[in-house]
Amino acid sequence: MSSHLDIDRIRCDGRGMCAELLPEMIELDDWGYPIIGAGEVPDPMLSLARAAVASCPVMALSLSQRQGPLARQPQLTAVSQPRHNQLSAPRTKLRK
Amino acid sequence: MTSLLSGPDRRDGMESLRSQTSRLGARPTGDDDLMAALERSDLRGRGGAGFPVATKWGSVASAQDSRRSVVVNGAEGEPLSYKDRLLMETRPHLVLDGAALAAEAVGAAAVILYVGDAHSTSRSALQRALLERPTRERRRTRLVTAPARYIAGEETAAVHFVNDGVALPTTTPPRPYQSGIGGHPTLVQNVETLAHVAMIARFGDGWFRALGTGSPGSVLLTLSGSVGAAGVIEVAGGTTIATALERAGGLTASPQAVLLGGYFGQWVEATAALSMPLDGVTLRAAGFTLGCGVLAVLPDKGCGVLETARILSYLADESARQCGPCVFGLRAIAEAVARISGGIAEPDDLERARRWAGQLRGRGACHHPDGAVALLASALRVFEDEFEVHLNLRRCDRGTRLRRAA
Repeated sequence: MSSHLDIDRIRCDGRGMCAELLPEMIELDDWGYPIIGAGEVPDPMLSLARAAVASCPVMALSLSQRQGPLARQPQLTAVSQPRHNQLSAPRTKLRK
Repeated sequence: MTSLLSGPDRRDGMESLRSQTSRLGARPTGDDDLMAALERSDLRGRGGAGFPVATKWGSVASAQDSRRSVVVNGAEGEPLSYKDRLLMETRPHLVLDGAALAAEAVGAAAVILYVGDAHSTSRSALQRALLERPTRERRRTRLVTAPARYIAGEETAAVHFVNDGVALPTTTPPRPYQSGIGGHPTLVQNVETLAHVAMIARFGDGWFRALGTGSPGSVLLTLSGSVGAAGVIEVAGGTTIATALERAGGLTASPQAVLLGGYFGQWVEATAALSMPLDGVTLRAAGFTLGCGVLAVLPDKGCGVLETARILSYLADESARQCGPCVFGLRAIAEAVARISGGIAEPDDLERARRWAGQLRGRGACHHPDGAVALLASALRVFEDEFEVHLNLRRCDRGTRLRRAA
């Protein structure tokens, strides 16, 4: 089991808070949208990662537990913990 | 070798249920035997992603939630592809057989035929075909017209449209097999894939495997560009591209490159392409994709840089505009490549396009940006010299457009 940072790309507005709080793991592209490497969070970074998740103004960032390489395949991805900050939110954001 | 397109001449239009039944026999039942046959057949999805069909069906069939649905994906948004439409127009009963078999095998109570708005002939053929189906099938089936957009055929977009009238991809997970129509497990399957299922159910996985040479089954291809007879053909799996081109009337000009797999596919240098087998598994192992079976031949006097710029610009226009990296990154890449193609590049356009493309992969809710940057990466490889000419000499001595299929 390992912790992963996931970004809901549809929600993400490029506010950049996550990169401020977690520059070790997150950089921003030329338009301010986050780039996360593999997404796997080393244990010492967990509390910072949780802070980044909590600080995202549009709740686009989340931490999930994954196990094994199979979990990476899109068709078989199993999120074994609910995405605590997205339980009741609609799946797409409203756009103008 | 024909399987899906055997039978009456395709110019005669839709084959009736009576004709198909006398030719192929009645539709068997979608049961555990079919599931086992699909597993052995190694049938892969023909919409572009090539996911193993048995795995997908198994995921839906084994879901806890029993209110399952089947979505027949007939939203063929790929501009260079026509094979799904040809199938719906001429062999709608094979598609409907596949849908009925899927519904029975995964335990689905509803079947949704999701067909593109621009495909009016396909919709009317399916509608007429439905009238010939047993009442039980008609009652559980409905036809939904998909908006005429490239992205509408993406499987989460299909589900989103049926649920909420919005044909835009949604964040995954959940994927449709977990939460689809009405929030229940849903099988979304391309029409060609379902037609193959209808044949496998009748003649078995051994028959299906034997159709191919080195790869199971047959493949529908849409050919365009410098070939004698642009259009759809059916070939044995594993057939080389050279043989497929011969089947489509042969080359009409000296070839420079082949666009394999459509707008989400890749450019392949012509000499290398000719000997490639049309087999998704072999191609993937070599870093290529058969995608939705598009083969477009760029002649020697065509411009790969210009064609790539056009495709990227189209894909940027067709972005669902939901995810920042796709909205801004893909647009910026398309504009940089367009400047290069037009001989008005800024000094670092190529370097920036490369960097943006490297950053874009995996950063959309769907794979739209991934497909676009894979296409660009192949163009930079295959047309490396051409890019240099455009950048340094600011000119292009080619410029012939690719011809589209029908």
